[in-house]
Amino acid sequence: MLRYFLTRLAGAVPTLFVIVTLAFFLIRAAPGGPFDQEQTLPPEIMANLESSYGLDQPLLTQYGRYLGALVRGDFGPSFRYQDFSVTELIGQGFPVTLQLGSIALALALLLGVPIGTFAALHHQHAADYAAMSLAVVGIAIPSFVVLPFLGLMFGIYLRWLPVAGWEPGSLRHLTLPVVALALPPLSVIARLVRASMLEVLHSHYIRTAMAKGLPLHTVILRHALRPALLPVVSYLAPAVASIMTGSLVVESIAGLPGVGRYMVQGALNRDYTLVMGMVIIYSTLLISMGLIVDLLYAWLDPRVRLAR
Amino acid sequence: MSTLIDDAARRLRANPGAMLAMILVLCIIALTLLGPWFSPNGSETLDWSHVASQPALQSAHWFGTDRLGRDLFVRTLEGTRVSLTVGLVASAVSLLVGISYGAVAGYLGGRTDHAMMRVIELLSGLPLIFFVILLTVLFGRSEYLLFLSIGAVGWLTMARIVRGQTLSIRHREFIEAAVASGAGTARIIAKHVVPNVIGPVIVYATLTVPQIIMFESFLSFLGLGIQEPHASLGTLIAEGAGEMEAAPWILLVPGGVLAVLLLALNIFGDGLRDALDVQES
Repeated sequence: MLRYFLTRLAGAVPTLFVIVTLAFFLIRAAPGGPFDQEQTLPPEIMANLESSYGLDQPLLTQYGRYLGALVRGDFGPSFRYQDFSVTELIGQGFPVTLQLGSIALALALLLGVPIGTFAALHHQHAADYAAMSLAVVGIAIPSFVVLPFLGLMFGIYLRWLPVAGWEPGSLRHLTLPVVALALPPLSVIARLVRASMLEVLHSHYIRTAMAKGLPLHTVILRHALRPALLPVVSYLAPAVASIMTGSLVVESIAGLPGVGRYMVQGALNRDYTLVMGMVIIYSTLLISMGLIVDLLYAWLDPRVRLAR
Repeated sequence: MSTLIDDAARRLRANPGAMLAMILVLCIIALTLLGPWFSPNGSETLDWSHVASQPALQSAHWFGTDRLGRDLFVRTLEGTRVSLTVGLVASAVSLLVGISYGAVAGYLGGRTDHAMMRVIELLSGLPLIFFVILLTVLFGRSEYLLFLSIGAVGWLTMARIVRGQTLSIRHREFIEAAVASGAGTARIIAKHVVPNVIGPVIVYATLTVPQIIMFESFLSFLGLGIQEPHASLGTLIAEGAGEMEAAPWILLVPGGVLAVLLLALNIFGDGLRDALDVQES
């Protein structure tokens, strides 16, 4: 198990390296620079600025320096938010994004799995159809439509919850964004669990368990759930990716001080280091999720372990 | 083959949800093409006497107007047309790339296949959406780039599906017959492999269209997609979200249309998949 984990971990490093390299040269290849403003700066000042940030060096030297700093955990200074390092900027916003995303993921799992199981148990009955219709709605309608609609409904007409804004530790401000973010993965999970649960319920060992006279909830919890959850586990990485992309818009609609805005803003401002920082943070998150999924999979399904 | 299609068509007709969804999509398409003719307003005409006015049937603006006095009915229809066009063109791009890539990998097999699939694996490991955002932000907002970059995200799954299908027919007699009669590799792939894997591909393509429309709207919502004075549903929703408290219809009209459109396309695609009984993955 440990060896498997280490090989996977070693495999993740080149992927991250490719991402960093691609992103670095992509951003540098774009027209414009971080110090372009409405008024063009005098050339001497421009030259000074560029040399103080090391931008006057050849591109490969800059790349080497950036990698060197990165290995020491230094994302460099932000080009636009003066006096802030990228580490500080991301360090301030990331907890908010993380909180939003992890609650959304937890909600999607905690509701999606029971809903899918429930639908499978009532296969082709009203409950099944109702659950699956809701799932189609959740999958089809993007969060940037759902969130304003929810805001209109619960924020402006009913006045139950704030439409936007943020107070540290306030769950009321997180409710609508979390719901909007959780809905698509929740629906996918419900669908996946329903399909795999239907399959599992038709297998022989479930029939055996039923024939032994075990109560239904024991059969489901003890025997059926674990294999039925396998597709959900492999969906976890795409789910995290979907929540991460969703958080880019959800944070801006709900006015949350997360890191989502730095991605687009940073790229628009040619804030090279900030964009790089975002790409690295998000990629690392995504890659580690892939790793966790592989481990969970091996733990849940002995066949995966034995195959190696 | 014809009975297969007949069967599928019968199953599809027996599915009221899917049929309803199909009719709805056709209606929306017809409306986006014909609707603007029935309205006295142009999509970019500014009506200063009706700024952010409410929807009303007796006025000239059935769905109201936005902050600049532009008619929302016409603007939403134009936006829907733009979104649909982007969805179809970008799906076609991903279809074309995915089919060629998958068919070549599956047919050639061996080391080539292995290498080509490694590339797909590597690409799906990357946060592609972030790269698309980067591309659209950094290199201007040309519509061709938009089509290309959105299509580029969609082709990975398509290539996998086509490769799987190709592998399953690669050693069938009609392929061997084509080889024996001296047809070249390119010809076999184009004339014999691709036509025979098209079924599942069509199903996946119908489910790709709403995904791509959603993605385009997402980019436009962020201000990275379609630019003023043109609008897609995403741009209109972004505008509306800003005016939510004072003028909710500016949000509700395009938001509602996008929701209905995506829902109908998804339900239709699901129905088609069930009718053709295609296994995913």
